[in-house]
Amino acid sequence: MPTTFVEAIRQGIWEEMERDPNVFVIGEDIGVYGGAFKLTAGMLDHFGERRVIDTPLSEAAIVGAAIGASLMGLRPVAEMQFSDFIACAFDQVVNFAAKCRYRWGAPVPMVIRGPSGGGVHGGPFHSQNPEAWFVHTPGLKVVAPATAYDAKGLIKSAIRDNDPVLFFEHKALYRRIKEEIPAGDYTVPLGKARVFRPGKDLSIVTYGAMVYVALEAAETLEKEGLSAEIIDLRTLLPLDEETVLGSVQKTSRVILLHEDTLTGGIGGEIAARIAERAFQYLDAPVVRIAAPDAPVPYSPPLEEAFLPNAAKVLEKARWLCRC
Amino acid sequence: MAAVEPLGLARASRAVAERADPNVELARQFLYYMSLMREVEDRLERKLYRQGKIAGGVYSGRGQEAICVGAGLVTEPDDMVFPSHRDLGLYFIRGVHPRQVFAQYMGRVGGLTRGKDGNMHMGDLRLKIVAIISSIGASVPVAAGAALAIKYKGTREAAFVFFGDGATSRGDWHEGVNLAAVQRLPLVLICNNNQYAYSTPLDKQMACANVADRGPAYGIPAEIVDGNDVFAVYEATRRAAEHARAGLGPYLIECKTFRMSGHSAHDPGDYVPKHLWEEWAHRDPIKRLKQRMMENGWAGQAELDQTQARILQEVDAAVKWAENSPFPEASALLENVYEPPAPAGEN
Repeated sequence: MPTTFVEAIRQGIWEEMERDPNVFVIGEDIGVYGGAFKLTAGMLDHFGERRVIDTPLSEAAIVGAAIGASLMGLRPVAEMQFSDFIACAFDQVVNFAAKCRYRWGAPVPMVIRGPSGGGVHGGPFHSQNPEAWFVHTPGLKVVAPATAYDAKGLIKSAIRDNDPVLFFEHKALYRRIKEEIPAGDYTVPLGKARVFRPGKDLSIVTYGAMVYVALEAAETLEKEGLSAEIIDLRTLLPLDEETVLGSVQKTSRVILLHEDTLTGGIGGEIAARIAERAFQYLDAPVVRIAAPDAPVPYSPPLEEAFLPNAAKVLEKARWLCRC
Repeated sequence: MAAVEPLGLARASRAVAERADPNVELARQFLYYMSLMREVEDRLERKLYRQGKIAGGVYSGRGQEAICVGAGLVTEPDDMVFPSHRDLGLYFIRGVHPRQVFAQYMGRVGGLTRGKDGNMHMGDLRLKIVAIISSIGASVPVAAGAALAIKYKGTREAAFVFFGDGATSRGDWHEGVNLAAVQRLPLVLICNNNQYAYSTPLDKQMACANVADRGPAYGIPAEIVDGNDVFAVYEATRRAAEHARAGLGPYLIECKTFRMSGHSAHDPGDYVPKHLWEEWAHRDPIKRLKQRMMENGWAGQAELDQTQARILQEVDAAVKWAENSPFPEASALLENVYEPPAPAGEN
């Protein structure tokens, strides 16, 4: 039976909790209610209150407590009900968790996970893609899966990792993406991108829900005789530069696509690395497609205009291949 | 009476007194750690800083030594402690050597952070000391997390977190205390209310009269103690620790004291009304402790002098050691940002 994206993450956490008694989950409304997106449904009944901890409405305390517990040898998985709310815990994430190992050699093995991204009319505070805030913070790892298979394998790797990992789950994928995944234990390594769809005429480097926008565009391009390669970054920090540069070397044309807003988004960083290390392979300018520099709007026509889509990718791809 | 007794007899009678009164040994420990803290900080602030040997700032707990020492001596080796920046004595109690502190301030590899961070930003997981970060108060939810882990494991330790009056204005402090209260976590909250946060006096920090008033808002016990009376701090912390270890949840202690320095070495503190310095100088916690020891016959002047001489010797040697500790190599810059990757084939 196919497994949804949300179920894959749930399974991954569940299996890690079965495997390691030090793993526990903590967050708002995750126990009795099973989480705003039901990602932790059933965990309270199975693992009990000790390991499924409902907290007050306090993101800084959730992250802070996860740090403290991890310093004591536990492996907390902290939920932000919406990734937007991680802003409330920013100091704990970027100043406490990210810097412990560097400053005084104390490992902080913890995961902060939560739903991110738009397309569900959540408005400015339930739709953001906050990954770039943290990609700029050395000491953190940042993961954003696109498939159910990767989501399960990556959440397991994140839980087993000995550094703090931020795990952003695009909420529009939770129940839309379904696929057959192996039963039982497997992991997907952090820091490794994958070629989601091989191609030869241009590369679309992306992650999260935008992988499917890229796929939709690639299928149309195929009919037009253009073969697009899609690179799914999977982990944004550390960045798998090798896979990105390898694809650029192969296709000589590249689109960097993300749902996060343009300025300061990870596309700019990747563009810089391509300019520095693969300039000689380029046959055309590097193109970025991202949400415009605005808050995520609520009203459907506004949000539709805000989000990158296949039409926007197609337009740029066609132009790029004419260059 | 003791003064006219021959020395041998005085010693014998003191031994008897000690068996009867555990305060004697306790007082000696208080005196040692408080005086050591004072001497190390004086050396840092008044000598090494002025000589340009400290790379950054110096934060001292002058006049507040009774708090971290009184509370620190209640902690057990398996307890988790979260000192703040005026709690140097706690480091010594936990087993950090003064030479590591000098090296830390000088940015040398002999410091607890090997030059990665400075001043009081130091911790050692083996000694169960967690390093603070500069955004004061941020340690409180982290300490709540350590207490949560203790409850999770079902052991009898407690977490002890230290902070100033200013920290209690930060949201993290409130979130951490509230979470610990709701979860009934074994957390002892120790406030050094020294009446100033940098230049901000207490009446601009909060509208309630006492930090302890914040306790009932979270449904936890809170008490106020004279922060310049090391015995009072010790006794209050014992009550708090007992409460926490019994599974009754967090306990807040407000230690009223005064910051007998500027915020840091660069700050003369000239915004503090002069009469306050004078008033509080009379309540100096080390002076008071010595007086009590003498009055109770727990120690004579000779013993007090000996303790001070021993400390001076230790501190001299520690400074020398730190000055000989090398600066870190630039190649250490990128070490420990992340765990080094495991060898291929391992997960």
